[in-house]
Amino acid sequence: MNSLKIGVLAVQGAFIEHEQMIRRLGCSCVELRKASDLAALDGLILPGGESTVQGKLLKELGMLEPLKQQIQDGLPTLATCAGLILLAEKIENDDAVYFGTLPVTVRRNAYGRQLGSHRIVSDFKGIGPVSMTFIRAPYIEKADPPVDILSREGNFITGVRYQNQIAIAFHPELQEDPRIHALFLSLAKEHASHSAQE
Amino acid sequence: MSQNEETQDRETRYELNKGLAQMLKGGVIMDVTTPEQAKIAEDAGACAVMALERIPADIRAAGGVSRMSDPAMIRGIQEAVSIPVMAKCRIGHFAEAQILQAIDIDYIDESEVLSPADDVYHIRKRDFRVPFVCGARDLGEALRRIAEGAAMIRTKGEPGTGDVIQAVRHMRKMNQQIAKVSSLREDELFEAAKELRVPYDLVCFVHDHHKLPVVNFAAGGIATPADASLMMQLGAEGVFVGSGIFKSGDPAKRARAIVQAVTNYQDADLLASVSENLGEAMVGINESEIQVIMEERGQ
Repeated sequence: MNSLKIGVLAVQGAFIEHEQMIRRLGCSCVELRKASDLAALDGLILPGGESTVQGKLLKELGMLEPLKQQIQDGLPTLATCAGLILLAEKIENDDAVYFGTLPVTVRRNAYGRQLGSHRIVSDFKGIGPVSMTFIRAPYIEKADPPVDILSREGNFITGVRYQNQIAIAFHPELQEDPRIHALFLSLAKEHASHSAQE
Repeated sequence: MSQNEETQDRETRYELNKGLAQMLKGGVIMDVTTPEQAKIAEDAGACAVMALERIPADIRAAGGVSRMSDPAMIRGIQEAVSIPVMAKCRIGHFAEAQILQAIDIDYIDESEVLSPADDVYHIRKRDFRVPFVCGARDLGEALRRIAEGAAMIRTKGEPGTGDVIQAVRHMRKMNQQIAKVSSLREDELFEAAKELRVPYDLVCFVHDHHKLPVVNFAAGGIATPADASLMMQLGAEGVFVGSGIFKSGDPAKRARAIVQAVTNYQDADLLASVSENLGEAMVGINESEIQVIMEERGQ
């Protein structure tokens, strides 16, 4: 996996935490702050932060359309919290759409304000019990097949996979457990070896 | 809850509260006094807003005792925007903090900008479930606030002046002291804790990680995209902008420019283009011209 280059959206939010996790797993990172940073990526991480700020900066800095194209072309993508909102096709309580590449409906600030932030241990498909940190988090109200549901909290969907996109409402980058990032890197590795064959 | 569960719950809460500050990194937190201003700030790309009745420049001009804002005014701002809403309470005024927690505020700033309510004790912030941000001029102040339960730190640059000199001084001092602690031998850390007047375990954290245990923003006197870039290059993880936006000629445009400057703080070409035609910056007062020195409040 050592040659993989993962782009981490670095316009605002907790991107350094993702970079530390990716480096721990032996891969390299590049921070994406403007359109010219987007070349030759093996994977993309959309970190937590404020989705309104990230979405606005993506547009102003000319990154939204080129990144959307790359996601649609199969670039493996891991999105956490605000990143999930950026990917979603529909936001229940907001008119905005950013990438719109993930066919789910999300609700922003679904658990309310900071006092609604919480941590639970719950099952994540293919991994097992995972400690999950939700910070002013969204959840997914609606996800139909072929979207694969990876995790739930009660009736709410907190993690999904759709083709090359893994999107979760919580923050694995804030904890020590690297398994979700490792899962993402295995997608990136597969994608890179496919591209090399072509 | 048993005592064990309570301790566990409190620790988790603190992690969640530090986590929210991590999500704000690389962002701009703007002072607003009305729902309309809050909307302008959100549309311009603020990652959070600070709801207060008067911005620091006006507090300074008005003089007198300055207190927590009217909860109805804060609620109006909470309803206007979807981003986190912060509000200030007076240093040591835990009842004001309880009220802010009761209205479900996202972050409390125990702030020297308001008149201090207590000249000895800060709020025991560990008792609260909502997070606190506090100002600090140096490593000692920062670690004392963290020991009390602050989940985020900011510089204590002189608010309402439009003069960045103190934020710069505080950020440099913090960095120098962190570098010094990091370079010490382990058997020298007890003495460092004594000199800094802070708990030993926090000094050990700084020594091992070469940073504060919480996020550190710049605040006070930031008025231009260049000021924001300066503070980010000096190691701030984000910036607060108080009077600098709504005391300027074109608040929306200036706010947008400062947001872009924080993201691309090392890109001088971009900084040059966003700095063009911003209209009048806030007038500003030089450090040597002011009467009330707010940074000395609460050490």
